[in-house]
Amino acid sequence: MSDFDDLYRDLILDHAKRPRNRGKPPTANRAATGDNPTCGDNCTVHLRLDDGGRISAIGFEGSGCAISTASASIMTTQLKGKTAPEAETAFAGLKDILATGKPPEDFNELAAFAGVHAFPARIKCATLAWHAALEAMKTEPASSS
Amino acid sequence: MPFAALRADFPALHQTVHGKPLVYLDNAATTHKPRVVLDALARYYERDNSNVHRGLHALSMRATDSYEAARARAARFINAADPAEIVFTRGTTEGINLVAQSWCAAHLRQGDVILTTEMEHHSNLVPWQVAARRAGATLRFVPVAGDDAEHGLDLDALDSLLTPQVKLFAFTHISNTLGTINPAAELCARARRAGALTVVDAAQSAGHEPLDVRALGCDFLAFSGHKMAGPTGIGILYGRRVLLDTLEPWQTGGGMVASVTYEGAKWKPSPERHEAGTPNIADAVALHAAMDWLDALGRPALAAHNHALAALAAEMLAEIPGLRLLGPRPGEPRAGLVSFALKDAHAHDVVTFADQDGIALRGGHHCNQPLMRKLGLTGTTRASFYAYNSADEITTLATSLRRIVKFFGSA
Repeated sequence: MSDFDDLYRDLILDHAKRPRNRGKPPTANRAATGDNPTCGDNCTVHLRLDDGGRISAIGFEGSGCAISTASASIMTTQLKGKTAPEAETAFAGLKDILATGKPPEDFNELAAFAGVHAFPARIKCATLAWHAALEAMKTEPASSS
Repeated sequence: MPFAALRADFPALHQTVHGKPLVYLDNAATTHKPRVVLDALARYYERDNSNVHRGLHALSMRATDSYEAARARAARFINAADPAEIVFTRGTTEGINLVAQSWCAAHLRQGDVILTTEMEHHSNLVPWQVAARRAGATLRFVPVAGDDAEHGLDLDALDSLLTPQVKLFAFTHISNTLGTINPAAELCARARRAGALTVVDAAQSAGHEPLDVRALGCDFLAFSGHKMAGPTGIGILYGRRVLLDTLEPWQTGGGMVASVTYEGAKWKPSPERHEAGTPNIADAVALHAAMDWLDALGRPALAAHNHALAALAAEMLAEIPGLRLLGPRPGEPRAGLVSFALKDAHAHDVVTFADQDGIALRGGHHCNQPLMRKLGLTGTTRASFYAYNSADEITTLATSLRRIVKFFGSA
C-alpha cells in the first residue's frame, strides 16, 4: 500500500464523504471550536453530558479536509457514552497512533489514522475535532437547554 | 513553448517526486533559481566574502562594489531615478513594515485614514492595522466587486473612498490569490490627485512583468528576490528619494550613522540610514544575477509566456466538473496563476493527491483569510507558473485534477 492509499483508507473516505453526527444535536448544551491556522479550517463540537458526566449527545460543524472531517465523524461515534477521562484516554491513543504510525493492539477505528503519520503536515487535521471536544467538555453548560 | 530550453538551467527541476517527474507549480510562493544565480552566490562567498562599507582592504572593497552594483542594478530594473532610492530588505514584508513603522510613526495622526483593498496579502494588511492602531487612525478598504468579488476590485468606489483624510493608499499590483492585475498606474494617479501617498506591493509582479516605478508614479514599492529567480532573504523597498532621505530609520546601529557621540547620533541619508547592521551582501549579489537573467530573457516575453499558460490552464480547468475558478473573467488579463475550489475536495486533499503525481501546488487561504471569508471559502488550490513551465505540465495538472474529482467525489 502506498503512503497515499494508507492516508486515505476506505474508512476515512467513507466518513469524509458521509460524515456521521454532522450538525448540532438538539439537546447539546456545551460547545467549543478548534481552529487550524495553517489552512483556516475550523471545527465546532457540540455535546451534552448526562448526570454521570457521560456524553449523551455529540455532533460537529465546520469545514475541513477529508482527514479532519473523517476524524471528527469517527470521533463522534467513539465518544458517545464516554466520560472526560475516558475521552482523554482515547485521544491519547489516537495521538500515539499518529506519532508512531502503528495501530494499537486492540482494534478500533482510530487505527485508520496510522497512515497520517507519514504526512506530518496533516496531523493537526486529525486532531482538530478532538481538541474541540475535550475543550467543550470543560465548558460550563448553557443554561437555556 | 520557446521557453522549454530554460529548464536545463534550473538544477532543482530535475528530480522526481513520488517517482514522477517534478511539475513545480508553486511559483507564486517562490520560484526556482537558475544556475547563474546559484553560481553568483557561491562565487561571492568563495572569492569576495568580506564586510561592506567600512573596510579598506581588497576583499572589502570588492564586496562593497558588488553590493552597490546590485543596488544600481535594482534601480535600473525598476527604472528608479537614483540608486539611493533602493533599500535592501529581507523581502516584501519587511519593506512594507519599514514604511508602516517609520513613515506612519512620523506622519500618521488620529483621525487619518489608511486606504487598502479587500484583496491584500496579510503582509500588506496587518502592518497597516498595527500602524493605524498606534496612531488612532482607521483603515478603509477598496471593496472587491460585490457579486463579482472573486474577479477584482470595485474601482467605481475608489473616488468616494479617497477622501482628504486618506494619507496612504497601499495596494497589491497582482493578487496572489486571484491572479487579478490591478491598474497600478491609474490607482497611483487617483491617489496622488487626492493627496495620498502610495505603497505598491509588487511581490507577484516584479519578477513576472515589466516594472517602471516612474511610469507607475508610486511613492513606495516593495518586492522579494525569491519570487523572481533570486535567493530568499533579500528584497527591495523602493521609495522616492525625498521621502527616504527624511524618513526616520526604524532600526539603528552600525552602518547607518553619520556621527555618534555618547549622547546621540546623526543619520546618514538614504539608503544607508535604512540599512542598520551588516546587510545581506551575498543575496544582494545573487539577486543582481537574477535581474540580469530576467532581462536577458526579456520581461515582456516572460509575462506573455506566463499569461498564456494561465489562460490555457483557466480554459482547461473550466471544463472540470464542480470546479469554481476565481480571478479574471475569460478574455481579461490574468497573471500567471489559477486559483480554484473543487466542490467535493478540500484544497489540502487536492494538494496531497497532486503531490503523489509529482505536482507541487499550494492549498489554503494564501495569507488572505478575510478575502476567503468574503468569498465563502476556507481556501483554494493554486497553480502558479513561471518561465520553465510548459503547456504539457498544465495537461498533467488537468489530468490529475480529474482523478482527484473522481477520488473524492460524492457521486
